Amino acid sequence: MSKFKQKTKGGSPKISTASLPDVIFMLLFFFMVTTVMRDVELKIKLKLPQDISESKKIEKKSLVSYIYVGEPKPQFQKIFGTEPRIQLNDAFAKLSDIQSFIEKERAARPESDIPFLTTSLKVDVNTKMGIITDIKQELRKANALKINYSGRTQPKM
Amino acid sequence: MAKREIPEINAGSMADIAFLLLIFFLVATTMDVDSGLQRRLPPWIDETTEKPPEIKKRNVFTVLINANNQLLVQNEWGDIRTLRKKAKEFIENPNDDPELPEKEMIEVPFFGTYPVSKQVISLQNDRGTKYEMYLKVQNELVAAYNELRNELAKKKFGKEYSKLEQKQQEAINQIYPQRISEAEPKNIGGKK
Repeated sequence: MSKFKQKTKGGSPKISTASLPDVIFMLLFFFMVTTVMRDVELKIKLKLPQDISESKKIEKKSLVSYIYVGEPKPQFQKIFGTEPRIQLNDAFAKLSDIQSFIEKERAARPESDIPFLTTSLKVDVNTKMGIITDIKQELRKANALKINYSGRTQPKM
Repeated sequence: MAKREIPEINAGSMADIAFLLLIFFLVATTMDVDSGLQRRLPPWIDETTEKPPEIKKRNVFTVLINANNQLLVQNEWGDIRTLRKKAKEFIENPNDDPELPEKEMIEVPFFGTYPVSKQVISLQNDRGTKYEMYLKVQNELVAAYNELRNELAKKKFGKEYSKLEQKQQEAINQIYPQRISEAEPKNIGGKK
């Protein structure tokens, strides 16, 4: 005869899961607030330069248009080769498309915002400068002078 | 009258619905904020326009990058690690070295008449230079300016440059104007 009775008979008590939805909803709202919708599907390999100590955050994302440059991903290499290519929005583009792309970006925004438009160049680290120079010349012709060389301050973990 | 009982709604699947939504948002959104080196391109000029004014040799700090990503700084082999220091020395010219840029007395708010050097940094790269190297060099040059501005801000106002008011920042920018000129690239190291 034991002096101490076992209070629960086998098995552990059930944990209430009633607050689980609340927890998940909280996470959901956190992500909804802090993130932005993915806009383009990258068709190129893109490894941004790291350790660019003087890089600054772009404040107004709505005023930025992106130009991607890099080697096409393996599934596109059959058609587009392995030389670095330009990607505007969702498609590969030629150099001559840049000016009309800038025009379109301008037309999509109110006139008062046009002087503040920035073009962000997201370029893969292994790209040669030749193509970048050509892009810069096109941007100068289109009078889109504010540019941003995308890069990270700290190496990504 | 018999009381009509309201059946309780089972909330067990609520968590599943929330999970579904959560996963949707995790997949469809991105978190990263775009950051980078912000620069300004010179406006487009036709080749017919007259040549830019000559700049004295002592006022120009030349940085060349070749197709093998090697640096030539002021006609000497350079290293990316010492570039910032060299550029700072050139821009500031603390000892009024005749080899380094001239200075001009300019009226600057907060500072009075201040000797401002006529420095220009000229950057030229090859079409075969790697983008990473080019951006690193740009970064070092911008960093040189930023460090000098920061030092001056601390000396004069006792605060970091980024914490100054806009007018004070403008005054400092007048003393250390960022002049990085990019020449048309050469194509020596072969195609592309």
